[in-house]
Amino acid sequence: MSTATAPPVAARPAAAHARRGRRRSGLARRRAVIAWAFMLPLIGVNALVVLGPSLFAVYYSFTDWNGIGGAQWVGLANYAELFGDADFRNALWHNVLWTIFFLVVPMVMGLFGAYALTRIRRFRLVFRVAYFLPYIVASVVTAAIWENLLSPDVGVGRILQVNFLGSQTLALPTVAFVNNWAWWGFLVVVFLAAMQGVSPNLYEAAALDGAGPFRQFWSITLPSIQPTFMFLGLMTIIWSFLSFDYVYILTQGGPAGATDVLSTLLYREAFASLRAGYASAVGIVMALISGLVVAAYLVIRKRKDWAV
Amino acid sequence: MTTSPTWARAAGRAPARHPVTGRVSSLTYVLLCALLLFALGPLVLFVFSALKTQSELATSPLSFPSTLRWSNFATAWEQANMGAGLLNSVIIVAGTVAGVCVISGCAAYAMARLDLPGSGTFITYLLVTSSLPTQMFLVPLFYLWTTLHLYDSLFGLVVIYWGLFSPFATLLLRSFMMTIPREFEEAARMDGAGELQVLFKVVLPNALPGFLTIALVTALSAYNEFLFAVTFIQDSFLLPVSTTFFTFQQGFTQDYTLIGAAGVIMMLPMLLLFLALQRRFIEGVSASGLGGV
Repeated sequence: MSTATAPPVAARPAAAHARRGRRRSGLARRRAVIAWAFMLPLIGVNALVVLGPSLFAVYYSFTDWNGIGGAQWVGLANYAELFGDADFRNALWHNVLWTIFFLVVPMVMGLFGAYALTRIRRFRLVFRVAYFLPYIVASVVTAAIWENLLSPDVGVGRILQVNFLGSQTLALPTVAFVNNWAWWGFLVVVFLAAMQGVSPNLYEAAALDGAGPFRQFWSITLPSIQPTFMFLGLMTIIWSFLSFDYVYILTQGGPAGATDVLSTLLYREAFASLRAGYASAVGIVMALISGLVVAAYLVIRKRKDWAV
Repeated sequence: MTTSPTWARAAGRAPARHPVTGRVSSLTYVLLCALLLFALGPLVLFVFSALKTQSELATSPLSFPSTLRWSNFATAWEQANMGAGLLNSVIIVAGTVAGVCVISGCAAYAMARLDLPGSGTFITYLLVTSSLPTQMFLVPLFYLWTTLHLYDSLFGLVVIYWGLFSPFATLLLRSFMMTIPREFEEAARMDGAGELQVLFKVVLPNALPGFLTIALVTALSAYNEFLFAVTFIQDSFLLPVSTTFFTFQQGFTQDYTLIGAAGVIMMLPMLLLFLALQRRFIEGVSASGLGGV
């Protein structure tokens, strides 16, 4: 095709060729302008709500600012203060524990639930809907459900004589447990969708080779859903560092900082202590952590050649 | 020759007859039912608590209510101000869903059909900004909204939700639009339809299931959202139902039966919507792992 048309094009006068090229590029430019015009609402709202304030957060993190008047440039003072701040280290440590909990407990429940659902024939849809139900309940209601259940006045807490949310040692695991109740069903649904994409031939071949359900899970299911597994692992880490709702609603970081995490620390600094500059620095550190995690993920993904 | 069918039959039967498979599958059902109990048990007990008297809840928190006190719902509705909260939430959800459908519809159309130059880079940008911690821009956004007089306004909260929820909706809708065959549009153009006609008569009707999915996911997120709602709305007449309920629960009431009743009122609309359209809900949320916590 191209060789057949090449000579006439070359033979054409240069001016005509240029004019045609200009018209074509003019048309392409017109198309590009129209396409970007369709993007304007999204770009506008994104710039106003996300990008603009994010850039401002970077600036404010270098200032001393109470949120109302002018901001005073202080350089790296906020960051220097952060690393000496015992509250910050306490909150960061709780985020690390939180991440470990969420990388293990809901992942195991999600993988088990999804794998078990691929192996049964009946009621699969019923189980899936039931597991997913807590995920659609609002965090405020989920928190109330468990506050009522665990309450030392009327609930299981009274029967067991344990004040789950008031105890220094039990409060953090309890809040994580409540958050997990609303979360693991989501993982079942996503893992199940990924597992249903695995070719049944692989399982049949493995069964012929005498592999039992556990062996099949390790050798076929897990490798086949590895991109989904890694992606959800990545999101788990990111979300664990941003977790806010359940801590804020159930304990507000208490008792005595036992459940304080970065987001509740930030919230308190910004809106109770009116230290908006310092709070911005906490936010930037949180963004840097998730940025590092995403970068690590992208490097691994490139090396392993995943499609997700 | 004769061995081949026997071999095939044996292979086909072996897993079904294998004693191990049978035992594992009944154990599987037991464990699945245990998980089912874990997921639904607390919800059921919460509904029970909403129908008890306070003294019954204190003495037997885990039992079926002896008499069903439906009056708890009326009391909770009034004391917690649920009517006003639900109305505000309906306004917020409707505004958010309508705006996100328009914003994401335009953007997805440009990316899937108008050969947007640089769309790959833009997708990366959307992915990156939607994994940014919302807390990072919360503080400057708060002070920006105060200067723009968008603080303490339902419209202000709706605009924030547009910004938060439209990237995910755009990506979902884009991948949906990519699956619609281009031949439909070509055929309409052959018949002399203009570009706008192609958009409204061909592309939009075909993309309707995609729009329904993003509408559901967005409605759920907007209805349940807490952090921005609690930060940006203080006026007690404007509180959406999530913070109305939160205020009631944290307030002076120590009546757990009323908290239960108010909670049931709050979750009922989404529960019914979910049960009616669960397939589309689950599709939308699991379409990518970007559901959000």
